[in-house]
Amino acid sequence: MAEENKANKLPRHAMPEQAAKVRARNFEEVPFGYSKETAMLEAGRCLRCSKPKCVEGCPVNVKIPEFVGLIADGDFIGAAHKLKETNALPAVCGRVCPQESQCESKCVLGKKGEPVAIGRLERFAADYERSQGRVELPQILPATGKKVAVIGGGPSGLTVAGDLIKLGHQVTIFEALHKTGGVLVYGIPEFRLPKAIVQAEVDYLKALGVEIIESYVIGQIETVDELLDRFDACFVGTGAGLPVFMKLEGENLNGVYSANEYLTRSNLMKAYLFPEYDTPIVKGKKVATFGGGNVAMDSSRTALRLGAEKSYIIYRRSLDEMPARAEEVHHAQEEGVEFLLLANPQRLIGNDKGWLTGVECVRMELGEPDESGRRRPQPVAGSEFVVEVDTVVVAIGNGPNPLVPSTTPDLKTNRWGNIVADPETGATSMPGVYAGGDIVTGAATVIQAMGAGKKAAAAMHQYLSGK
Amino acid sequence: MNRIVAKEEFSQNPGVKMMQIEAPRIARKAKGGQFVVFRLNETGERVPLTVADTDPEKGLVTIIFQEVGKSTMALGKLEVGDCLADFIGPLGKPTHMADYGTVLCVAGGIGIAPTHNIAKALKAHGNKVISIIGARTKELLFWEDKMRALSDELYVCTDDGSYGIHGLVTKVEQELLEKNRESGEINLVIGIGPPIMMKFVCKTSEPFGIETMVSLPTIMVDATGMCGACRVTVGGETKFVCVDGPEFNGHKVDFDEMLKRQTIYLEHEKVAVERFRHGAGCSCCECGGNV
Repeated sequence: MAEENKANKLPRHAMPEQAAKVRARNFEEVPFGYSKETAMLEAGRCLRCSKPKCVEGCPVNVKIPEFVGLIADGDFIGAAHKLKETNALPAVCGRVCPQESQCESKCVLGKKGEPVAIGRLERFAADYERSQGRVELPQILPATGKKVAVIGGGPSGLTVAGDLIKLGHQVTIFEALHKTGGVLVYGIPEFRLPKAIVQAEVDYLKALGVEIIESYVIGQIETVDELLDRFDACFVGTGAGLPVFMKLEGENLNGVYSANEYLTRSNLMKAYLFPEYDTPIVKGKKVATFGGGNVAMDSSRTALRLGAEKSYIIYRRSLDEMPARAEEVHHAQEEGVEFLLLANPQRLIGNDKGWLTGVECVRMELGEPDESGRRRPQPVAGSEFVVEVDTVVVAIGNGPNPLVPSTTPDLKTNRWGNIVADPETGATSMPGVYAGGDIVTGAATVIQAMGAGKKAAAAMHQYLSGK
Repeated sequence: MNRIVAKEEFSQNPGVKMMQIEAPRIARKAKGGQFVVFRLNETGERVPLTVADTDPEKGLVTIIFQEVGKSTMALGKLEVGDCLADFIGPLGKPTHMADYGTVLCVAGGIGIAPTHNIAKALKAHGNKVISIIGARTKELLFWEDKMRALSDELYVCTDDGSYGIHGLVTKVEQELLEKNRESGEINLVIGIGPPIMMKFVCKTSEPFGIETMVSLPTIMVDATGMCGACRVTVGGETKFVCVDGPEFNGHKVDFDEMLKRQTIYLEHEKVAVERFRHGAGCSCCECGGNV
């Protein structure tokens, strides 16, 4: 015990990463990950609380003290298996979860000093298992004969598929794009989440027996009602795939992108490798991204990597209200993204050929708190100014994709077009049809979608067992 | 999957080709006006093409394309038996079917392909179909026989007078709409072809107050509503061609904005075509880089 006590006193271990100046010009992953030694030292900091608060902070209730303990003991493969008992995508979550507001925010060590780096340890264990080429398949329960259709191969759909296949159900994922992974492949950039990792997680599900049909757009080629003729249950996890624009003058000028388009071109279609890859992208010299979330950070950092001399974030509130993870904001600042805070775009200015040349903004000041609890930004009269840019990325959010709701008349939606589903079970207005992730909640995080998938899978299992 | 089972070259310069793709589910489901997206291989881009015809029994989808960029040139190099990495569809909304009475279909160049599938559906629905098909020159015309078979009246024209009526499709459109003033039987005009031609089909029909539908061939990436690359302004509102269209009331479309948006990747396209010519060993030496 004496040794452990000493370990607790160690400061949290930093994760080595590419130097900011270097990485801002390449698409390789920013952090390198822990070494075995560092991982064991960091894991040794865990107090192994008898009533671990960290687990409560996790939407999929990963058995944190157990897996961290296994790392401390040097059983890295054991740690990876422990993670996979509750989390189908640990290598992904270790990278993109907002641990600082979830598990790590509850860590007792964080009260006086810094919490255990749970996310970095999760990433380490999952990466270790993959690098050993020893991905072990869990036991799969005897076949139930029940068939499940999962619509959308993003975080929630992959979670549902992983959970239900292990329970003995037959699972088919229908993915609209040509690659499975949803936002993990089209949205989150390579430098934050290497696509080989997503592919490995998808391959793992295939190895478990999940059938994946890509380039198959439910709502067009087949409706949910038609699927119910050949499946016993359906899960709809079609995501928040409809970009929101600001309805500004000039928003359809050449050089104005939605974040979805900008990131899809770069990530899914690999436009950063044009002309080796066929899909083009405008490599702007002066790029402004509108918004303050993680997607905005991803876009502004992608712009740098595509060769931008200037990459701005234009956000109407201040740094304190920014919804992006602190780590992402920090990474963006380090790489040279300039933050124009308390500024709101008013209109986009173009030349006679239809190309963007600038954005007119107005200065904002913060007033009284609004319904979100954040101080409401108000324009300062007469403070308009123009920023010269050739590319704009609008990253202010997404609405629900309409393809499934609009072709499924019995599926109840709310006034924004999100599917209405029970937050505890994912049950919708249609028997046998469940839903979760961004199509229900609106844009949220990967792990929240996975949490919804977990709950839906449990409820679907119950439904199928009683059928 | 996605195997090419038939190929025909309609024109050599510029290359216009027809292919039949084995895609049974799409063949059964696709309706007039809808489109597909193809991707050639792992490094390929996603390219939308409107369906020209389907054979649900045989499970075949017919596409017709002009070799204007790298992807269509590379597609044109494929032969019967080859497969496409992806062939996705049907996408977009089908043409709205109703009893219009008489429909005037105006098709220019490559636009004859989608017009065929739409006219076929309108005819099957019980409408009278009058068609005008036209192209720059005789060699670029195709499917005159198929259009004749499903049209109650067919007018064929070429810009250079090398075949049929000498003149633009809009000239014939104007004459037919003038004649129609008395009978008033034409209640819908459908105009499909190059954007500039569609713009003028709409300008021609507007004074007659006849509803005019156009099918917009905008740039797309996912083609499922996710990216907004295809956005156009229709009646002052931004619409996504992939999920709200591809057909819109042509009198409300901001064609000038759309024409500008079509130029976003011209420079990229030049680079890609140049690279393809050198890499893939160009066999179309007569084109003189005129693409």
